[in-house]
Amino acid sequence: MTWTIIVLLVLALVLWGFYVSWRASRLDRLHNRVEAARTALDLALVRRSSAAAELASSGLLDLATSLLLADAVRRTRQAGPVERDLAESDLTRALRATLGEPGLRAELAADQDAEAMVAEVEAAAQQVFIARKFYNDVAGRTIDARRRPLARVLRLSGRAKQPEFFDMDDEMSPAV
Amino acid sequence: MRIGIACPYSWDVPGGVQQHVRDLAEALIDMRHEVSVIAPADEDRPLPPYVVPAGRAMPVPYNGSVARLAFGPLSANRVRRWLRDGGFDVLHAHEPAVPSLSLLACWMAAGPIVATVHTAMPRSRVLLATQPVLRSALEKIDGRIAVSEAARSTFVEHLGGDAVLIPNGVMTRRYRHAEPLPGWPGTGGTIGFLGRMDEPRKGLAVLLDAFEPLAAGRDGLRLLIAGPGDADEQRRKLPAGLRDRAVFLGEVSEDHKVRVLHSVDIFCSPNTGGESFGIVTAEAMAAGLPIVASDIPAFRQVLRGGLAGELFAVGDPADLARVTARLLDDPARRAELSVAALDAVADYDWNKVARDVLSVYETVVLGRSTVGIAQ
Repeated sequence: MTWTIIVLLVLALVLWGFYVSWRASRLDRLHNRVEAARTALDLALVRRSSAAAELASSGLLDLATSLLLADAVRRTRQAGPVERDLAESDLTRALRATLGEPGLRAELAADQDAEAMVAEVEAAAQQVFIARKFYNDVAGRTIDARRRPLARVLRLSGRAKQPEFFDMDDEMSPAV
Repeated sequence: MRIGIACPYSWDVPGGVQQHVRDLAEALIDMRHEVSVIAPADEDRPLPPYVVPAGRAMPVPYNGSVARLAFGPLSANRVRRWLRDGGFDVLHAHEPAVPSLSLLACWMAAGPIVATVHTAMPRSRVLLATQPVLRSALEKIDGRIAVSEAARSTFVEHLGGDAVLIPNGVMTRRYRHAEPLPGWPGTGGTIGFLGRMDEPRKGLAVLLDAFEPLAAGRDGLRLLIAGPGDADEQRRKLPAGLRDRAVFLGEVSEDHKVRVLHSVDIFCSPNTGGESFGIVTAEAMAAGLPIVASDIPAFRQVLRGGLAGELFAVGDPADLARVTARLLDDPARRAELSVAALDAVADYDWNKVARDVLSVYETVVLGRSTVGIAQ
């Protein structure tokens, strides 16, 4: 009788071990996905800044508009981690204000290069919107997974830091 | 002369630059010059005949906060048309470094250009270095004017060369006469204060501290205070028995402000610092008021070292009380100071200031053709 109990106990422990190991590696994968999504978001933000900077220094826009965009881009480049989301939100607002100015599309329509440049900025802005959505999504799932009792008690996250949501204004449709 | 003036901020929004442009334009028109002002404006509102509207100013982040500026193809086209059709002898752009109409005008114009800076330029040396087009637009400026030393030094720092210091003017005739508010100044005496109540450097706290010793033995003495801020918070700084002697009017319109000035017996400028000129004090002087002001350089200068008004130790309520008490008890001295103030403020009258600006125009147009569009 005792042998049966011992065998069952050992079996239970082994199965438990497999389960914990599976949970740990799932959490590990989530942390990796968060990092990848964050990298993608950072790249998208940099691409947007860069496209806006190119447009600003192209000479295709009036000087006041160029200056406003260049100022906003400069601030995103110089922002530390704490003010980053504010600076990026300001760039969004500057893009909305400048690209939304009546007559801008019409003026640039004659020039193919100009249209291409503006299209690049808009595409980059769209990418920021999507990348941020994906990042916040996986960050949320990771935070939830970390909070579950088993993960907390057994410290399954290891040394991985808790991800933070990235909040910013990235809505590009003009407020007409 | 035919003068084209560019204003970067909305005409119908109250502001220092706008008021300066308005007063300058009217002073020049008084001197029989032809003046056209281009400014962002709401076309549904009536505009003076010399103003050409250039669309609306839009809110946009700039230099760390949200500013209302006019930019984009519509504004640029209107500026271009205005320059092309204006036939101006000189273009006078205000705040040229701000991304709005003045910058667009400097960028598009060819010919004599004068620019006035009103504020110290932002720390944008990096921006200037990376924007050669901006630099070349600003370098086209032939005559540079600054309204304060702070504005002048950053202008020089960023663009080299030098700027003439011509301070803001005061439309003295606007302040000379007005109907006092009903029930003011009253028989017990009234001390007036105009300015931002919660900004410590405006010094309201000093005046409120000085009021207690002043009010002792003067039953009818009152305070009349106008300006933005939390009136209840300020009122609580007075002892309970004196709170009903201070009347807070809140923010007042330009016309109302003149009446407020004529509703007091003594005007107090207790600023502890941060004033490059003290336009409010100058306006009070133009209303013929005896002034009690703190001894900061701006006031010392405009009050001719104490000849045109009484100076007291900066931030010292006891000294303020002493000086004011003496003045309250001496009507002859008050009359003397009133005359002296009117005389002193004449130096800052727009007539004189506009003539100084005109001499800058005359200098830069020598041997030049009229303003047109750069190719």
